[in-house]
Amino acid sequence: MSEADGTGALGTGAGGTDDDTILSVQGLTKHFSQSDGMLSALFDEPPVRAVEDVSFDVKRGETLGLVGESGCGKSTLARTILRLVDPTDGAVYFEGDNLAELSGSNLRERRRDLQMIFQDPQSSLDPRMKVGPIVEEPMKAHGLYKGEREERARELLEKVGLDPHHYNRYPHQFSGGQRQRINLARALSVNPDFIVCDEPVSALDVSIQAQVLNTMQELQDEFGLTYLFIAHDLSVIRHISDRVAVMYLGKLVELAETEELFEHPEHPYTKALLDSIPVPDPRSEGARSVLEGDVPSPIEPPSGCRFRTRCPRLIQPDEFSMDSDTWKAVREFARAVDRRTFEADDRAAVRAEFFPDGTPSGRAGTVVDDALDRVADDEWEDAAEQLISTFADASICATEEPSYSVDPTIGDGEHFAACHLHRDDVEAPAPADD
Amino acid sequence: MSEPLLTVENLKTQFFTEEGTVRAVDGVNFEVNEGELVGLVGESGAGKSVAAQSIMRLVEEPGRIVDGTVTFDGKKLVDIEETPDGRMEESDEMLSNREMREQVRGREIAIVFQDPMESLNPVFKVGAQLREFIELNRGVNESEAKTIAVDMLREVGIPEPEARYDDYPHEFSGGMRQRVLIAMALACEPRLIIADEPTTALDVTVEGQILDLVSDLQERYDTAFLWVTHDMGVVAEICDRVNVMYLGEVIEEAEVDDLFHDTKHPYTEALLRSMPRPDRSVESLDPIKGVMPEAINPPSGCRFHTRCPEAREACKEFHPEYQDVSDADEAPHAVSCIKYERVGYEDSDPLQTEATGAFAGGLADMRGDDDGRDPAGVPGGEADE
Repeated sequence: MSEADGTGALGTGAGGTDDDTILSVQGLTKHFSQSDGMLSALFDEPPVRAVEDVSFDVKRGETLGLVGESGCGKSTLARTILRLVDPTDGAVYFEGDNLAELSGSNLRERRRDLQMIFQDPQSSLDPRMKVGPIVEEPMKAHGLYKGEREERARELLEKVGLDPHHYNRYPHQFSGGQRQRINLARALSVNPDFIVCDEPVSALDVSIQAQVLNTMQELQDEFGLTYLFIAHDLSVIRHISDRVAVMYLGKLVELAETEELFEHPEHPYTKALLDSIPVPDPRSEGARSVLEGDVPSPIEPPSGCRFRTRCPRLIQPDEFSMDSDTWKAVREFARAVDRRTFEADDRAAVRAEFFPDGTPSGRAGTVVDDALDRVADDEWEDAAEQLISTFADASICATEEPSYSVDPTIGDGEHFAACHLHRDDVEAPAPADD
Repeated sequence: MSEPLLTVENLKTQFFTEEGTVRAVDGVNFEVNEGELVGLVGESGAGKSVAAQSIMRLVEEPGRIVDGTVTFDGKKLVDIEETPDGRMEESDEMLSNREMREQVRGREIAIVFQDPMESLNPVFKVGAQLREFIELNRGVNESEAKTIAVDMLREVGIPEPEARYDDYPHEFSGGMRQRVLIAMALACEPRLIIADEPTTALDVTVEGQILDLVSDLQERYDTAFLWVTHDMGVVAEICDRVNVMYLGEVIEEAEVDDLFHDTKHPYTEALLRSMPRPDRSVESLDPIKGVMPEAINPPSGCRFHTRCPEAREACKEFHPEYQDVSDADEAPHAVSCIKYERVGYEDSDPLQTEATGAFAGGLADMRGDDDGRDPAGVPGGEADE
């Protein structure tokens, strides 16, 4: 991990032996190869970098929310933590044991303490098994509670808010919310300490969602559970989490206590994400800033900060000293050319559209003017390449990987933000940028 | 005010299944004015999608529109009357299937579905699908249609539209595919677009992009929208007026601000209370008790009485009338709840259900979503899927 000021790592050091810490993820990386046939030896295809160098700790008894858009690697991260897929690099310490290195019976033994709940309550239950045996299955697998399994299963069904008499029913006889409760009962059957919940309520209706979330919180209090709660719905995350981690394109971009993260987001991606949620209140006045473009491919992710290709606060390269409005115009022009979002029949019109106050002076101006010429001549690719190499690739956002720790405004928990705006020598650009 | 663009009156759509008749849409009334963005909101199973499909007459077997009138710009899309001998029959004014196909669908009313991958044919290029649609509906030749298609793609924010014109649907991201469908819907400049959960499958930042695009385009083309969704956040963001559906009925209709800040129906209120908020921390959620009952055998009286925190004995007996309860100087605000009628709600005893807090604190309270279920539980379970 490249650290600009050495405060980025959130792990507590080797072993993660801090009493408070139940799980410590350190530099976890997962790459998937794109092909595994005979030919892949001949054509060396680059891997899909699904999770890259992710570090964080989970404290005992807390709920850590993990949020991000589809494809950002949050589910892969969860699966890698549980060793459902093997990590490419990094370590996962669970109560002192490195799960990434355990094998065979040791891993099996350890898995008893780590359970998982999946998104689709339908497909994670065997339709041909009755509910009772479904709940008993993990106990059997681990050879626990011999002779008292049925009694325990009934007890658990009651705990999760189902009727113990439903022991002999099949999953299809239950509604979606109830099926997710069966999953909860099954996860609890081996008395785990830690449960990874992968989008557990996103398939449920709003009113049912609230019922299941409430039950999950009650169970957490009763059994002293620790949750890693993965979701794409920020409202749900805000409700259930003590701390929240935000992922973008395989990397952790921000981690802070819930209130702090939602009220004082320090990463432009988190801000954009929060701004784009539709608030269920027509009176909420929030100027919505909408992110442009699509998430880049994780096969060749952008260098430095992975969000920089879409970031509304991209830092200008050191060699320039444009004011923030001019820099904004240049940045938007470069991206518009790269994405070809406009028609360029008339050079003057394009110039007026992007640079109503005139093009910048100095070398920046020369590059912009040249790009305008080329766009007018239909040489889009050349123009884009020159603009990107001059303005984007020279930015610190492209040359160094960000990793900073910020002073929290609310509470005293650690606030990690992977954004170069928190470099000491960068003065905060005008907020008008958003 | 001039005539509404779309008027739906007493629309009833039923599905005739082996288990019985599912009354998916049961006497629904609402209207959409020219250039207005109207929401149709409800949980799964409320009948909102079926209502939308009924307007376009896209309901498939075993479903059938059994009663009601849908008027669009003077044309009767649906018009079912009782004949003198008591049968329900299509009137003479109702458009034929051919007229629907040739005059209405695509040209006057377009529809955008939730899953863009299912709406695009995977074996044809995106541009060609769009071009064909324009050719058929606007009566232009192939090259003109192509020009329009490329323009439309640029209009909805597809980068490099000339190059992407020759891509296949799988080469587009989910958000891009939804943009293509919006381009297709807009291509014939329809007067009404029915959008059936168009952003539900999308990520929140992409959803934001699409919502912005829709508001933009709506302003430019003055198209009216009927926006079907379960997401109150989306409703608050874009709709002018909202209809809330519960179990086949519209139970409340108001301007968006009134719906959120002067909520009249207990269901709408409960729904708003049960939602976690992105903009503030909520200590504890207040879920709606139970699950939506099945439309095969809806509860007597008010259909929400089994889950309503304010339910009283009278709610079991009287089917509430859907009526405007606003004051003379206010915007119309319709609701169906006997609280607003004189049928003895005040003098009636509270119902002894879990929802009204009768068993609060007990085991039943824990057993949240077990209510209203047939004890044998046989065909049950699908209510909230």
